[in-house]
Amino acid sequence: MNKKELRILCPNGHLGFSPTKEESFWIGAKTKPDYYCSDSGSDDIGPGPLGEDKSVSLYVWQKHDLELMLLASREQNVPMIIGSAGDTGTNSRVDMYVQIIKDLAKEHNLPKFKLAYFYSEVDKEYLRKKMESGSIIEGLDSRTNLTLEELDSTQRIVAVAGVHPYIKALEMGADVIIGGRSSDIAIFAAPAIYEGFPENVSYYAGKVLECASFCAEPYGAKESIIGTITKDDVKVTAMAPWQRCTVASVAGHAMYERSNPYYEYFAGGMLDMSECVYEQFDEKTTRITNPKYIPIEGKIKVKLEGSTKIGEMYIGIAGIRDPYTIKNIDKVIELARDQVKEKFGDKGYELHYRIYGKNGVMGDLEPVKEIKSHELCIVVQGIAPEKEVAEEVTMTGLRQLFYARLPEVKGTAGTAAFIVDEVLRATPAYRWSLNHTVEVDDPLELFDVKLIEIGE
Amino acid sequence: MKTIKLVDLAKTIRSKNAGTDRITFDIIFRDKENYELVKNSKILNKKFIAELYNIDIDRITDFVEFDPGFAIKFTIKRLQPSGSPGEGDVFGCQQYPPLLDIEIPV
Repeated sequence: MNKKELRILCPNGHLGFSPTKEESFWIGAKTKPDYYCSDSGSDDIGPGPLGEDKSVSLYVWQKHDLELMLLASREQNVPMIIGSAGDTGTNSRVDMYVQIIKDLAKEHNLPKFKLAYFYSEVDKEYLRKKMESGSIIEGLDSRTNLTLEELDSTQRIVAVAGVHPYIKALEMGADVIIGGRSSDIAIFAAPAIYEGFPENVSYYAGKVLECASFCAEPYGAKESIIGTITKDDVKVTAMAPWQRCTVASVAGHAMYERSNPYYEYFAGGMLDMSECVYEQFDEKTTRITNPKYIPIEGKIKVKLEGSTKIGEMYIGIAGIRDPYTIKNIDKVIELARDQVKEKFGDKGYELHYRIYGKNGVMGDLEPVKEIKSHELCIVVQGIAPEKEVAEEVTMTGLRQLFYARLPEVKGTAGTAAFIVDEVLRATPAYRWSLNHTVEVDDPLELFDVKLIEIGE
Repeated sequence: MKTIKLVDLAKTIRSKNAGTDRITFDIIFRDKENYELVKNSKILNKKFIAELYNIDIDRITDFVEFDPGFAIKFTIKRLQPSGSPGEGDVFGCQQYPPLLDIEIPV
């Protein structure tokens, strides 16, 4: 190990999703960190973007955030690492980010540098062969193991990379790395492990840094933080003048988005945080010691995410103000469903109603059973394999709210208010079909790292 | 007995996806005192949560008292993965409000 400590700046917990705040980024950049690292994807956004192979972030925001990191890291001649490119980490998103880096290099006349990238998409045939030769694609979070039928139905699959392709890219001499879908913590753990720091502090650094200022207080996203790693500890410091990393905010972050706050799983092992010690190091910094790294026994398991298309989707929106109709809203919806059933029967489509003002947000989990609102908003979601059917199902389901045949209704000119008298085409409906793991012989088996040269 | 609502004792009460199939809930306290008060009241447990949300107790996969973070945390299974048609909360981030009004004896 050459360096006694390694400092990594993280500007954004989901690069491009909402723009990086520049003031705290430049405060951090002035301290000359050793690496600039950021995750740019998530499965939180639902299965649609993966299925459709598109971003949910705006291109201008993605470019803005990449520009900040690229200019600072090239100016200081330190590496920059991006994982899960373009929200989904699919191949097209990696290509798009590589192109943005090329465009930025040209716009700013950057001197020559090396860019490494790798894809994460998994060929269905690869998995089919594995399954046919007896491999089990194991379900996570109480899911059953993958069946060939479910594999066939799936539109697109990405594997979630661990540290391995990132370390490989750094060994190849990369100045900039654009990764496909990756474990958030690998993006930060990889440079630390590559620089010779122990796995336990390296992975812990990834855990605490990956969401940027989400581990600081007061609450405020998209602000930069810096993690300082030594062989014995990790220190995390808020860069925004108004934020601090406190014991409570940092320990609290360990449990964020995870079922269990003590254990974090990734390709290659697990981080045990059950005996971590948190101390306030200085006003803006918390120090963490004693995380444990437990390497996996046997073959490495790589997580897979897959999305299956259900059909084309339309959305309709209706408002209801008449107290009598509100009181009988379940009956109104039943009548509307009957009209759809009359034309299309019971199968071949889906029709969903969310009733805002009743239980639109929480559905069956809503403990408040009584409607207390004087008005309701109803969102109608119609789905079918054919666009025309989806449109008609949704339109029927919506219009019948307008023509609700309730016996005592006073407002016979129309029982619903529309913002627009139409149904709106939505991104097709998808379902997460894979949340599984596959065993691999070589951790790089699914991730082929390529190196290109960019700049003048 | 005098009670205080959880919203007045906790610093953060939130819910969020834990992967595609689960929603996790965090109740975080600013200091040890309030954390211990709620923890020792034993009001919050799997059975109570199942009743509050009207779900089978089996849907609660984890219930953890997280001392280093002054936090109580539990996780429930979704009936369908996040973002499936008919699901109302892709991020799972608006499922916590029923926790706010839980009365804790003091």
